[in-house]
Amino acid sequence: MTRPMLELVGLNKRFGDLTVLHDIHLRVGQGELVFVIGPSGSGKSTMLRCCNRLEEPTSGSVLIDGADITACSPRALNKMRLNLGMVFQGFHLYPHMDAVGNVMLAQVKALGRSKDEARARALEMLDRVGLRHKSDAMPSALSGGQQQRVAIARALALDPKVMLFDEPTSALDPELVGSVLAVMKDLRTSGMTMLVVSHEMGFAREAADRVIFMDGGVIVEEGQPEAIFTNPQAERTRAFLSRVRG
Amino acid sequence: MDGLDRFLNTFFNGAIFARYLPDMLAGVWVTIWLAAAVIALGLTLGLLLACLRSYGNRVVNLCIIVFADLGRALPPLVLILIMYFGLPGLGVRLSGPLVLILVLGFVLAAFAEEIFWAGLTSVARGQWEAGRATGLGFTQTLIHVALPQAIRLAIPPLVNRVLAISKMTALGSVIGVSEILAVASTAQSFTGSAAPLTMGAIAYVIVFLPLVILTRILEHRYAWKV
Repeated sequence: MTRPMLELVGLNKRFGDLTVLHDIHLRVGQGELVFVIGPSGSGKSTMLRCCNRLEEPTSGSVLIDGADITACSPRALNKMRLNLGMVFQGFHLYPHMDAVGNVMLAQVKALGRSKDEARARALEMLDRVGLRHKSDAMPSALSGGQQQRVAIARALALDPKVMLFDEPTSALDPELVGSVLAVMKDLRTSGMTMLVVSHEMGFAREAADRVIFMDGGVIVEEGQPEAIFTNPQAERTRAFLSRVRG
Repeated sequence: MDGLDRFLNTFFNGAIFARYLPDMLAGVWVTIWLAAAVIALGLTLGLLLACLRSYGNRVVNLCIIVFADLGRALPPLVLILIMYFGLPGLGVRLSGPLVLILVLGFVLAAFAEEIFWAGLTSVARGQWEAGRATGLGFTQTLIHVALPQAIRLAIPPLVNRVLAISKMTALGSVIGVSEILAVASTAQSFTGSAAPLTMGAIAYVIVFLPLVILTRILEHRYAWKV
């Protein structure tokens, strides 16, 4: 494997008595796309949110390109988060700013770019997700798929080392899913390191380097997409896949 | 006809209107700057307190909540009388206008804090997460992401509160502040006529009706643009 861009070491997360993540070890190599599947409540979203400490891990560490994000000051955390682009299920665009404003804000305030620089970069990123013509549209005037692509542009504009996707297509109407997946495929081709939690099995088969199956807060099984989908080893994986396929 | 004459003479006596017009204009001016000072103090303080509250320090928040609850529970007139007639007993003598501005400003701040806070708490959690995930600090996310949304939500209830508090400048008449109502009731006791009071009512309408209309425009402007 290439050098790990994202590494989870012995990650644990407990809410009171409830153990949500138990001793997670995971390495995502540079340019690798790791796809996480598993039943609802299996801890996959929590794992993703621990990577940038939106959720505080109970113990263990998360390394971004070798730097430990779990052992840094609040100020350093803000800087470290610039290395991790995050895409949410619910888009979370800022409703009071147009598309280009959404992509500019953190560039100016967190990265310290000038407004002109940030605007140029924002337009470039909106172009990349196919929405340059919507740069001055307010989020409420955009479809779900368009909002999600603006959200991806917002994350990309900060030049992250790793992109985290938390069920990026789950809130979309079926006919809008394709446009978001196309952007993700383009990112994959350009060599972005990606950790994706999703139920888009077709996309996983086509684009993922590795698939991870989680259940009950642990990684049950991992392997090549083809191997996981056609010949799962664990009983829990088999049961989950047969349920998903219906 | 006799009845109508009596009515007009009681409430709309032209000679009395003319005689007290200069005093009334001075009163209008006093009411306007008092209201402006109260609004500036109340909104600024209310916004600052709501922002401070979002940092979640328990001691600070307890103080803010006590301030907001007392400010909303006590009738402003009680506070005005205590400060104007009570404080001199401690050797602190504040002028009537200052007492009025401080009390009404604090009362508005108490309401404004609660309204801004309600706005802040109704900003979706995901908005905060989006801000923080892109490397913005807490204060940056507060200022650039949460506050603009909270303020838009706060404007309709806020303008109503601002209007209600502004009209309470009439309480200044109790402590000798020569605003509209004080001028009117002084004139009423000199002339024995209700006409000055009518004049005061008209003055209030002239001062506050544009404000009411302005708030409609503001509410409209701050609605989400699509």
